Formats: sequence, structure tokens, C-alpha cells
Amino acid sequence: MTFLAKISILVLLKRSTIEIPFILFAFLMPFFGTGETIKWGVFTLYEAGLVAGLTLILKGTIGVMLAILLSTTTTAREILNGLEKLKLPKLLVQIATFMLRYVNVVSDEMFRMKIARTSRGFDAKGIKDWKVLGHSAGSLFIRSYERGERVHLAMLSRGYIGTLPKVHHIHPERKYLAFSMLLPTLALIFTLIDRYINS
Amino acid sequence: MTPSLEIKNLAFEYPDGNQALFGIDLVIQKGERVALLGPNGAGKTTLVLHLNGIHETQHGEVFIAGIKVDGENKETLKQIRSQVGIVFQDPDDQLFMPTVEEDVAFGPYNMGLREKELAAVVDESLNAVGMLEFKDRPPHHLSFGQRRRVAVATVLAMKPEILILDEPSSNLDPASRRELAEILEKLNITVFMVTHDLPYAYELCERSVILSKGKIVADDSTKNILGNEQLLKSNRLELPKGFKI
Repeated sequence: MTFLAKISILVLLKRSTIEIPFILFAFLMPFFGTGETIKWGVFTLYEAGLVAGLTLILKGTIGVMLAILLSTTTTAREILNGLEKLKLPKLLVQIATFMLRYVNVVSDEMFRMKIARTSRGFDAKGIKDWKVLGHSAGSLFIRSYERGERVHLAMLSRGYIGTLPKVHHIHPERKYLAFSMLLPTLALIFTLIDRYINS
Repeated sequence: MTPSLEIKNLAFEYPDGNQALFGIDLVIQKGERVALLGPNGAGKTTLVLHLNGIHETQHGEVFIAGIKVDGENKETLKQIRSQVGIVFQDPDDQLFMPTVEEDVAFGPYNMGLREKELAAVVDESLNAVGMLEFKDRPPHHLSFGQRRRVAVATVLAMKPEILILDEPSSNLDPASRRELAEILEKLNITVFMVTHDLPYAYELCERSVILSKGKIVADDSTKNILGNEQLLKSNRLELPKGFKI
């Protein structure tokens, strides 16, 4: 899939480093637990923990890989459109849309405040400086809140009716739909085979 | 002909008891460009927010193209909001959608336009402000002047009867300021422009009114008003040094 999506392995590996803390945790799991144990060299491993740890790593890795694939091949805007099509409540999609629009505005504002602090000789060193940072965070929050009110005014002024416009309607071709069903179908088949063997 | 805007004896008091407007009377004819001048805190923004029913009229009446602005009447309110195009001061407040195109589509979409008609209106409006090629860009990646122009396009897309600009020249570099003026001059639409930028008012508007402490204290040709030094001074307005009418 990585190959099909034309993403370099390097990018994939770099982005999947986010998973490392979870993997470490999963590695610890076999050492704690109750029940059957397995001897492996000098270690005594618990079977239940081993299985749980391995599945955690597998599931986690698959999840992270899929998320990376989605985020590198699809723009945030398209993901939101997709969520709306998948019937995520409209309000949630709208909130996420606004977040997407304003995350840069707010982070710029935060950055300007930081420059303003530094320009007047502030240097966050320890706990006693947290008060200043707290004030900054507070005023950033109030500014954002007030911006929210102004944006709402601007929306009302243009006759907001509860839905955001969609300019481009994307109708995926049949072959893409079929292709996207490939993995779930395979998973279903394997599950069924597994059931059949074990019954 | 029905005037684009008619305000009759409008008064307004904020919930905290602070009175912002004391009986405003104003008529703006179709096709006029009028500047609303006044110091900070004169009530300019309060007045503007009455024109499309964001602030409900407590006392007096406001008419847009003959239709009364009435907060109770949802149907006419919808119509009013499509006819009064307000361009707010901070384009980041006005441009809230992820791309320029979607933002310009917001107003006409709410008015019921869809598909091809919607796309046509969006292109036409962006073309009018010379921003068509930036259609797919997120507003964040535009310069301030470009964002202000897109903000103008977002309200033009609603085919308003009257265009209301809140400090249109603020934060613009000289070239963007001039470009915006050229665009506004070409539009052929009634304009009501709130500003402190007196030379800008002189350049664009034949007529000016001064709002001070919630009252209209002068209503005359921009030339006469800006030429009256005493009048300007008593209302905390000043022409830039060296500027002569």
C-alpha cells in the first residue's frame, strides 16, 4: 500500500516513531501477569501477557501505518469532507473545519505573544515563570473566544443557515470503491475460515 | 427611487446601560458612496451592526431598499442580510472557511444557490476583486491586502444592495490601499464606508457624515467637511500633516 501511495519508506518510518512509547509498554506486558508461564532464556514470561503485548504491537502498528497513509495522501479538508459523507454529525465536522482554518491564526498569535515577551526580557526558566505563561495562555484564550464571537457575527451577516457550502462534489469511481473493499473483505474471509477451523 | 438605506431616529442602549446611539437620521441614495467618519468609540460599529439586524432596533427604524430591518421577522431578516454586505475590519474574522472559494460560496449558498449557479457567482465575485487565481488557496497563505480583497468578494457574491466597509484601508500597505480603492471605484454599487482614513474618504466618497458621541453632527460633501478644520478638530478628526484639500 505504501508503494501504491507513492510514499517513501523513510517518511513512513520517521512518522511512525510516534508509536515507540506504546511499543515499550507492550514489551513490558509479558513480564507481569498471572497464569501460565513460558521460560525463555533467563526470563519467565506470562503467556497471557505475551499474547496481549503482541496483539497490541500489531494492532498499534497497523493503526499508525494507516493513519500515516491517510494523512500523507489526503488533505485535511478532504478527510473532513469524507467524515461528513460518513455521516459524522454536521456540527462536529463544522467545528473541525473551523479548527483547521484557525489553528494557524491562533498559533501565529501565540508566536507573536512569545516574541513580545522575549523582547521585554522574559525567559521562562522555572516554576515561578509559569505565572506569566499562564497569563499569556489566558489572554490567548480570551482573544480566541472573542474572535469566535466576531466570526459568528460575520457568519450571521452572510445568512448562516446551519450548513457549510460544498463547492466540489466528489463522486468516486466504482473501481475505487471496489478497491477500498478489498481489505475488509479479506479480513472477513480470514475470520470466517478461522471460525470454521476452530468449530 | 427607494433609497438604499434609510435610518429614522435610531437610538440604542447597551445592556449595561451605556447608551451608544442617540437618534440617528440618515438617508443614502442608490449608487452613492458615503463615508462615516468619527473618533474611536463614537458608535460607528454599533450603527453598522444595526443595518443588518445583528443589533435589534430598540428605538427608531432602519430600512434597506425600502424593507424594514426587523429582528422578529425571520423572512425579511434573511433578505436583509443578503442585501447588506458588511466587510469586517479583520479579514481573519470574515474568512472562516478552509479555502477562498468555499468562503466566497458561503453567502450565496445560504441564499440557496447550488452547483453551477454557485460556481458562476463565486468566479464572478473573485474576478471583480482580481483574486480569481487564488481560488483554491487557504486564506492563511494570502497577504493581508489579498485577504481584504477576498473579504470584499465574499459579500459581493451575495449581490448586496449596499456594501458596508469597516475601516477598509486599515493595515494595508500603500499599494494594496490604492488597489482596493481602484476596485471599489469600479464596483458601481452603493457604499457606506466607516473610516478614520480621511484622505481615503476624500478619494472615494462624494459625501461624508460625522458620527460623534452617538449623534450625527455633520452631513455634507466630503470636500466641505474635510475643509472645515474647526469641525474636524472638535470631533477628534485630523487630516494627515501636509494634506490639503
